[in-house]
Amino acid sequence: MKDITFGQYFPGASPIHKLDPRFKILLTIALIVGVYTAQNIYGFVLVSLFLAVMIFVSQIRASLIFKSIKPIFFIICFTSVINLFYGKGGAEFDLGFITITERGIYTAVFMALRLIFMVVTASLLTYTTSPISLTGGIERLLSPLKLIRVPVHEIAMMMTIALRFIPTLSEEADKIIMAQKSRGADFESGSIFKRIGALVPILVPLIVSAFRRADELAMSMECRCYNGGDGRTRLHEFKAVTSDYIAVLIIAVFIGAILWTNYFGVITGVRISL
Amino acid sequence: MILKAENITHIYSPKTPFEKKALDDVSFSIEKGEFVGLIGHTGSGKSTLAQMLNGLLRPSSGKIYLDGEDIWAKPKEIRKVRFAVGVVFQYPEYQLFGETVYADMALGPRNMGLSEQEIKERIEEAADFVGLTNEQLKRSPFELSGGQKRRAAIGSIVAMRPKVLVLDEPTAGLDPYGRERLLRRIRQYHESGDKTVILISHSMEEIAENASRILVMNHGKLELCDKTSDVFRHAQRLSDIGLSIPHITRVMLALKEKGVDVRTDIFTVEDAKAELLRVMRGADIV
Repeated sequence: MKDITFGQYFPGASPIHKLDPRFKILLTIALIVGVYTAQNIYGFVLVSLFLAVMIFVSQIRASLIFKSIKPIFFIICFTSVINLFYGKGGAEFDLGFITITERGIYTAVFMALRLIFMVVTASLLTYTTSPISLTGGIERLLSPLKLIRVPVHEIAMMMTIALRFIPTLSEEADKIIMAQKSRGADFESGSIFKRIGALVPILVPLIVSAFRRADELAMSMECRCYNGGDGRTRLHEFKAVTSDYIAVLIIAVFIGAILWTNYFGVITGVRISL
Repeated sequence: MILKAENITHIYSPKTPFEKKALDDVSFSIEKGEFVGLIGHTGSGKSTLAQMLNGLLRPSSGKIYLDGEDIWAKPKEIRKVRFAVGVVFQYPEYQLFGETVYADMALGPRNMGLSEQEIKERIEEAADFVGLTNEQLKRSPFELSGGQKRRAAIGSIVAMRPKVLVLDEPTAGLDPYGRERLLRRIRQYHESGDKTVILISHSMEEIAENASRILVMNHGKLELCDKTSDVFRHAQRLSDIGLSIPHITRVMLALKEKGVDVRTDIFTVEDAKAELLRVMRGADIV
């Protein structure tokens, strides 16, 4: 339960931590799209170097970055293996029952790298942005949707609360597991049905307590006269400063550079490409 | 000697920035049939220690013996230790899950592999013990009042008939009447046939009235381990580590300071009453 790093925030004072969350969210999306346009070895090397520099600047430990890749490790492997058999062109390797092509190998590796780049970029965002400013940023970015009656504030508030309660509920689950283990509950042995049955004494109190907490939270929000987003002001107003615009410039140059590597790859006829 | 801890140390999240030493070289032993109080400020390692005693946590180093056997000698049989040492956690009512109180209380005995007949007997005994009626056993635990839920949860541990009962702040959040009634039941459990009880509490009065010996924890270390009267003699030392002595003892100390010749090794209101009457009679006041 303690291994959940998704959505976790590691406070710090790096330039990336300090960026305006609205800019950070948009730049992350731009970066992910930009990374996807990389077509050949030059582009992928460039992306790897850029992300390594970003991680270094953010002062987030590399081990945490690897931890964020772990949950999707299976998806990465699965995607690579599928792509391995679908590529066509280049040298062919006959394995008897199936033929693997040179192009297939490149596709497999690049697809895996793309997924890894995407997860690393996204986790850089969540690792360096507190949940409050993250949802605050999303709320501001989505605010034009209010015109078509999308309850933007309520959605952002729900996200904030959900993120806020991940650690609380996982702590609660740990406590309940301990308590039921004290009564001899066993989650490690027996048939699959027995193991599912053993989860009931954990899930029931956990759900009951989630509802209890929701009730208490709703009550305390009402006590503070919470009535939705209308007329609500922020303690820290978002204000773009020079460093935010510099970040935009850096990302723009970077995406431009990737597009140039694609062009460069085509004119030099690089072999290692998608 | 039923329980013995030998140099146990526990470190949470070792080798990470969150590393925390919760227990530091703690050793003690508890005799069969003792009523031991465990006190310490918040975060002193009391709850960690409780989780060690029934094998929910494995010490980073050191050994725990139950009836002379190392509880971690056979990790696969750790459940036997959990049945022998029943731990009631803080706010145990939040762990109730059964459709009925009966079904909830049956979890422990059923995991022990007892027959339905035996389970029924034990639950009835435990229910009687914590003061729940047969009618309440058939109800959903979520329909009970706070105090009843607490008692049902304690009963679910008692139904396993543990040799050692560890209670982590069992009276927290109860009203004075419910508090006194629960403590009386715990005392009865202790008296019914050689049961060992370890009571964790923040109330010095509760400890003074019940425990014959006290373990005092401070920042993961065992600060004091002695008879109740000897521990409460260290008023200054206890207050230095964020604890105190019972209110009534403070009254007696203040009286002594004012020149009234009373004994100061008094820890319960009953004893104080007797002592004051003795002194007043001697001075011909009464």
